[in-house]
Amino acid sequence: MQTRFSIHQLADPDISVANDILRKCVHCGFCTATCPTYVLLGDELDSPRGRIYLIKNMLEDGGAPSPDTVKHVDRCLSCLSCMSTCPASVNYMHLVDYARDHIEETYRRPLSDRLFRAILAKLLPNPRLFRLGMIAGFVAKPFASLLEAIPVTRRLAALARLAPSRLPGRSANEGPGTFPAMGVRRKRVALLSGCAQRVLAPELHDATIRILQRHGVEVVLAKGEGCCGGLPHHLGKTGDSFALAKRNIDAWSHEIDDQGLDAILVNASGCGTTLKDYGFMFREDPVYSVKAARISELAADITEFLNQLGLDDPTIDPDLDVAYHSACSLQHGQQVHEPPRDLLSKAGFRVHEIPEGHLCCGSAGTYNMLQPRLSKALRNRKIGHIEGLDPDVVATGNLGCITQLATGTKIPLVHTIELLDWATGGPKPAKLS
Amino acid sequence: MNSAPEQAVSLDQHSALEMPELDVDILGRRNEIIRDLRALVPGEGVISETSEMRVYESDGLTAYRQLPFVVVLPETVEQVSAVLRYCHKTGLKVVPRGAGTSLSGGALPLGDGVLLGLAKFNRILDIDYANRTATVQPGVTNLAITKAVEGRGFYYAPDPSSQIACTIGGNVAENSGGVHCLKYGLTTNNILGLQLVLITGEIINIGGKHLDSDGYDLLGLLTGSEGLLGVITEVTVRILREPETARAMIIGFPSSEDAGACVGSIIGAGIIAGGMEMMDRPAIHAADEFAQAGYPLDVEALLIVELDGPEAEVTDLIGRVEEIADANNASNVQVSQNEPERQKFWAGRKAAFPAIGRISPDYYCMDGTIPRHQLPKVLARMRELSEKYGLGVANVFHAGDGNLHPLIMYDSNVPGELEAAEDFGADILRLCVEVGGVLTGEHGVGVEKRDLMPEMFSETDLDHQQRVKCAFDADGLLNPGKVFPTLHRCAELGRIHIHGGKIPFPDIPRF
Ligand SMILES: Cc1cc2nc3c(=O)[nH]c(=O)nc-3n(C[C@H](O)[C@H](O)[C@H](O)COP(=O)(O)OP(=O)(O)OC[C@H]3O[C@@H](n4cnc5c(N)ncnc54)[C@H](O)[C@@H]3O)c2cc1C
Ligand code: SF4
Ligand code: SF4
Repeated sequence: MQTRFSIHQLADPDISVANDILRKCVHCGFCTATCPTYVLLGDELDSPRGRIYLIKNMLEDGGAPSPDTVKHVDRCLSCLSCMSTCPASVNYMHLVDYARDHIEETYRRPLSDRLFRAILAKLLPNPRLFRLGMIAGFVAKPFASLLEAIPVTRRLAALARLAPSRLPGRSANEGPGTFPAMGVRRKRVALLSGCAQRVLAPELHDATIRILQRHGVEVVLAKGEGCCGGLPHHLGKTGDSFALAKRNIDAWSHEIDDQGLDAILVNASGCGTTLKDYGFMFREDPVYSVKAARISELAADITEFLNQLGLDDPTIDPDLDVAYHSACSLQHGQQVHEPPRDLLSKAGFRVHEIPEGHLCCGSAGTYNMLQPRLSKALRNRKIGHIEGLDPDVVATGNLGCITQLATGTKIPLVHTIELLDWATGGPKPAKLS
Repeated sequence: MNSAPEQAVSLDQHSALEMPELDVDILGRRNEIIRDLRALVPGEGVISETSEMRVYESDGLTAYRQLPFVVVLPETVEQVSAVLRYCHKTGLKVVPRGAGTSLSGGALPLGDGVLLGLAKFNRILDIDYANRTATVQPGVTNLAITKAVEGRGFYYAPDPSSQIACTIGGNVAENSGGVHCLKYGLTTNNILGLQLVLITGEIINIGGKHLDSDGYDLLGLLTGSEGLLGVITEVTVRILREPETARAMIIGFPSSEDAGACVGSIIGAGIIAGGMEMMDRPAIHAADEFAQAGYPLDVEALLIVELDGPEAEVTDLIGRVEEIADANNASNVQVSQNEPERQKFWAGRKAAFPAIGRISPDYYCMDGTIPRHQLPKVLARMRELSEKYGLGVANVFHAGDGNLHPLIMYDSNVPGELEAAEDFGADILRLCVEVGGVLTGEHGVGVEKRDLMPEMFSETDLDHQQRVKCAFDADGLLNPGKVFPTLHRCAELGRIHIHGGKIPFPDIPRF
């Protein structure tokens, strides 16, 4: 596609990358049909091809974009379905990440919007603050309607509503620490302990560590590691996200140099996509580029790793029909398709595909709070398809999807790893008891 | 709100392409018109900001761009009818748009016309397995129809490579074909009924669930009408039972000549393939890189041949095609062993055009039909032309019916390359005619081949076609500037001039 950047603009490495991406797009429109927002709204402004065009014009013009450009970029879920579809290999992810950064730098949002985004960007990546926030949210839950009535705090109501009605206690597996392999040590890995998930669902790390230990894998929760930086990154808060990413790169690099790591595992697929992108994020950084690329190379989803390692034979016959919901970050962001399905089958579950499986459930990081209307429409569409299968349980590789879907269905939702752990000797997931 | 003169931008690159003169009166009334349209289509359905409208400035043929006057995205047939009635009354031009994948500029906007997007009409209305029909809204994608019925072992046969995205409304308007049209026909052979909104706002129904419905011949007229006769708001298609067995073969050749000869022998042997497609080296490489289809990468030409029908017959035919391939110097043959593999063989072919985006920032997709035996000659000449213009070319060929798609690779950021690509393209089309072929295969006329129409049709032919246009749209408000090089005033053509928006088919049921 034709672009009109000046030589001066192209001297900026970010613009130069954006230019390369834009030029690859041949405007064929294939991606539109697999974009959740286009499917819902039927407006090319809310399609990948349209957004690519909006972003192109925004970057070419430079300066602050128009409010409508921001509106349509904001509506993008970053689900990356468009990237799976695009035959020309247009890297929409890098383009929209940069567009968000540009918007954040140049565009002044209305006060309530700014406030809300700032809170999300500060609260979510920090487990301590997040726990406090959840307690506050728990307290505020009954007042959600009140918050909603006041324009400036309207968005906070969404946050309060998200707060669980019961906050789980701290897990014994909170890092940092090392969890030895059972039997002969076959591998040594780091597990990303991350941010919000370890507060909301500590049982996921518990299950992950357990199953790895049983499979002869030593698990390290490295000192200093935390949020992957993905959440602020998607809010356009590039500075924050890079700072968080650097901390992780330092923490794991230290482990690699010290005792070595065979892999850096992730059980929250949204974060996995970000880790695998560190190499790109720091490509221009003289200090971090090499280290970051090494981290990205080692990063793997827990199911990719287990599938390669070989899963132990199941110790039970679960006799359950599982609808497998492929999180966007896993299927589109990381192109991981077979491993989770193969593992579940091998563990003795009957795995079923959900129709329209390529469409996002509307969770998408903070999207469900920032775009509640579209998020809910996608959720309902997904739940319709799931309930049509009438499964015993839904399995997925991302906590965000679980939280999102749980607000609309009674069918139990669990993380893939919980089922695998159970089938190979771990405890039955509480949600199935 | 944007001031009117800004809307009067012409195609920023192609002064050569003449479009109907802008209606200054309309431009001057922009604010009022937008206000009226907003009353008809509320919410986000009327788009008038320049930054937003830019997204709609072109379709799949990006060489041509034009900012629309205004974009309207109705949600109901009543809204379509109201908008058209308003346009008719106001003298406002209308360009219908589906998914905007046209490769001939059929959905190119007009600076003084409404771009009427139908993508919100994406519901499947009725599936009737007993009668083997599906009735859908026009914005439903081609592939979505098959997806909706495949669970019961049915499919919708025409499968343009763009089927993941293009709409059935657009398919009808372009009479689109696909890789399987060799055996199963074009869109026109697979639709049974249409609902159409005329420029007057009248809603008419043509055909229905049965082939012998009243007004059937009108269906043929409307299929391929490129948005010039009315806006399609509902389509009833025929769905087919999936063949008992379908297997695809990929056959590699050391030269295009060998592949071309092989196609001739297969057809000569009386074998009717479900699909027969050919790609040359650049197309093979680009497509395989995306789809990981398992194509051989050391060949000059690749043939995909699909055979379908009862198992025994398919097995027999595969054996015969293998023999023919061997006799034509095939360097390797692979037969799909299961359904996913068959799909994968096709996935590469279907992604071939945009996959060219991996190796070239822009391509210009040509569409011509040639007598099959002329293929080697045409390809050889094309290589010469490619050298002459200094531009690469990849070829994708519906080998069965001689429909050739050369993809000329150029870089629009390099001054002069687009013009060179266009000249190259014109030479290719001339070459097609010279060897006894025709200019349009399946991508429609649009603006792209509009000015070449007189080379294909006599003036009498063109006048006759325009009389049909006049019968439906006497004021020439629907998609003007497309298909016909010059639109005569309907009065000049005489004969079936229509007054007062009355159309000359009183027997068509309407409501
Ligand atoms: C990569 C690629 C591959 C392609 N492969 C093929 C192929 O194999 N075979 C093939 O035949 N074509 C192919 N095409 C061309 C294109 O996809 C088809 O012409 C398709 O039918 C256009 O559908 P659309 O919904 O995108 O229509 P648009 O591009 O939006 O519009 C096309 C024309 O139809 C009119 N129109 C659209 N909807 C309506 C409606 N509801 N009522 C009245 N008029 C309407 C428009 O005014 C315009 O004239 C390809 C295109 C691309 C980009
Ligand atoms: S599929 Fe790829 S090349 Fe085609 S319009 Fe979308 S991003 Fe552009
Ligand atoms: S990332 Fe998802 S929502 Fe965003 S443009 Fe791509 S497909 Fe659409």
